[in-house]
Amino acid sequence: MYEGVVQDLIDELGLLPGIGPKSAQRIAFHILAADPADVRRLAHVLIEVKDKVRFCRICFNVAQEETCRVCADPRRDQALICVVEEPKDVVAIERTREFRGRYHVLGGAINPIGGVGPDNLRIRELVARLADGTVTELILATDPNTEGEVTASYLARQIGPMGLRITRLASGLPMGGDLEWADEVTLGRAFSGRRVVEA
Amino acid sequence: MHVTHLSLTDFRSYPALELVLEPGVTTFTGANGQGKTNLVEAVGYVSTLASHRVASDAPLVRAGAARAVVRSRIVRDDRAALIELEIVPGKANRARLNRSAVGRPRDILGILATVLFAPEDLALVKGDPGERRRFLDDLLVARAPRFAAVRADYERVLKQRSMLLKTAGAARRGGGAGDLRTLDVWDGHLVQHGVELLAARLDLVEALRPRVTAAYAAVAAEPGTPVAGTAVAGAADSGAGGPDSETADSAVPAPVAGAPSDPGRVAAAASPPGSAANGSANGSANGSTDGRPPGVGPSVAGMTYRCSFPLPVPPRPAGEAGGPVPDAVRPSAEALAEAMFAELARVRKQEIDRGVTLVGPHRDDLELRIGELPARGYASHGESWSYALALRLASFGLLTDDGREPVLLLDDVFAELDGSRRDRLAELVAPAEQVLVTAAVEADVPAALAGAHYRVAGGTVTRAG
Ligand SMILES: Nc1ncnc2c1ncn2[C@@H]1O[C@H](COP(=O)(O)OP(=O)(O)OP(=O)(O)O)[C@@H](O)[C@H]1O
Ligand SMILES: [Mg+2]
Ligand SMILES: [Zn+2]
Repeated sequence: MYEGVVQDLIDELGLLPGIGPKSAQRIAFHILAADPADVRRLAHVLIEVKDKVRFCRICFNVAQEETCRVCADPRRDQALICVVEEPKDVVAIERTREFRGRYHVLGGAINPIGGVGPDNLRIRELVARLADGTVTELILATDPNTEGEVTASYLARQIGPMGLRITRLASGLPMGGDLEWADEVTLGRAFSGRRVVEA
Repeated sequence: MHVTHLSLTDFRSYPALELVLEPGVTTFTGANGQGKTNLVEAVGYVSTLASHRVASDAPLVRAGAARAVVRSRIVRDDRAALIELEIVPGKANRARLNRSAVGRPRDILGILATVLFAPEDLALVKGDPGERRRFLDDLLVARAPRFAAVRADYERVLKQRSMLLKTAGAARRGGGAGDLRTLDVWDGHLVQHGVELLAARLDLVEALRPRVTAAYAAVAAEPGTPVAGTAVAGAADSGAGGPDSETADSAVPAPVAGAPSDPGRVAAAASPPGSAANGSANGSANGSTDGRPPGVGPSVAGMTYRCSFPLPVPPRPAGEAGGPVPDAVRPSAEALAEAMFAELARVRKQEIDRGVTLVGPHRDDLELRIGELPARGYASHGESWSYALALRLASFGLLTDDGREPVLLLDDVFAELDGSRRDRLAELVAPAEQVLVTAAVEADVPAALAGAHYRVAGGTVTRAG
């Protein structure tokens, strides 16, 4: 145990994902030794990110404004929605430059062990977006693992009766994988070879 | 195939070991606790990414070390491959093939094929159904590595689905509704992966049955009976794909020739557990027994796959009247899926009440029999041993006929066997491309297994002959 605020810092850092007690301690002492200006800048962006960044009211991607850059871009195809689990998946797909439609970020995948059911995901919001008939194709780009596949199947069942084309990214993505880590070429190919899902 | 080089760093009791191996038989002898099993365990790990002794990786890393490295150079069809594995407890292992990293360690499965015989094998016969399911699934992976993914997918779906049932069940008992909106979707995925696994297991059991019968007869035969040296891996000599009936013929007087094409056998396995299908009456419906060759004596080894739901009766193959017999007579994947869905629907309420998944290949068993009686609970110690050996010998034969002759690893098995079983086993494995044998007592190793000899003492391995 360290004194007062040093221990507080270690405890706070230890709450971050992927940071164990040892790493927390290492980062804390790095901060203690760092240039005060650097630390002030870090503190500033931490506060700013919470103040300024919100979630797009249309697609729930991270955004600086009311809507994200993709949703605000009039050149993006309004008839296409690509459904992903997390904002980081949007970044991965944008890198491929294969997709010209818009997104919908679910905020996770169905995962009973993790306590995530349909109500914990932005499924109702997705259904609402489809109501006016503008969207004609839904691309289900949840992760190619068990939870992602099940989420895609569940969405296909819920949305199938609405009569739009529902596709799933083509295989070639390693099963058990994570979209974020699929390389650009593979992910790009998965987009061009997407298949229709039977609900 | 064979291993030409084994190199260990901080694996079990070995800080550093370099071992050059040759085709043929190599024997490791030494007192208890000197590190003999550790050697074959390392070779087995390179092949299966699992130890035959422990379920977790931690004991594989030398006490005090952070990681273990196992390197193995193998030769297969005159081509060499170098497999390197780094074992770090609590973290994902890392693997390299020919010095370049592979995406996942799982990708090296299937490069080195092994069949390991060990004292632990007795559990295949005497142990829980889980032991036999693992035996089947490990063999599936050895034959076709893609089943590692099928198995992993099935297990993941099973875990998630069972948690959903448990949570919903608890909510219902607490007076709530319990959210089961996603259950149908989980059912779909459970059936998809479950049927893939089940179909493969059913096919595997059919392929194994005549070999197991033949191998058991060969191992357990009365002294003086001619040993069918080719009973197990014979097809490798006569060119791959020799008909099973031929291999079986040489070992059993009234052969299993009829069995592989007997349309009744899957139907026999189809009867739900606890029904009249148990025991010898099961074949009566279509006039056949489940894989038991007609007219054979009481000590014939047989086996029946027991499925957690009633298997649909497969279509009767055409061309029965003496003509060529078509092989595949198991129910189609579609029929299996339909039957599994039906059973899931039937037990749904029970599943929710109990919070467990009651249908699927994780509930199945491979019933082993000697004569009319189940081996488990009935067979003597010696008979159980012979059956366990027969399962391993049959695996060896099957992989060999697949064109992937495995390296045989015999860990301490001779000490467990009487003289005649010892000699018979030795004769059956001696022709293999490579056999690694461990024994505490040198005299326990039959003369038929002469070859290179090493002494293992205190973590050093020295050539003794
Ligand atoms: N992780 C480990 N770190 C250090 N030593 C280990 C480790 N795991 C096992 N050992 C040691 O290795 C020895 C066991 O080796 P092994 O099982 O190969 O013996 P063996 O020669 O096969 O003996 P037996 O004839 O009794 O079967 C034991 O002395 C054990 O303490
Ligand atoms: Mg041993
Ligand atoms: Zn948006």
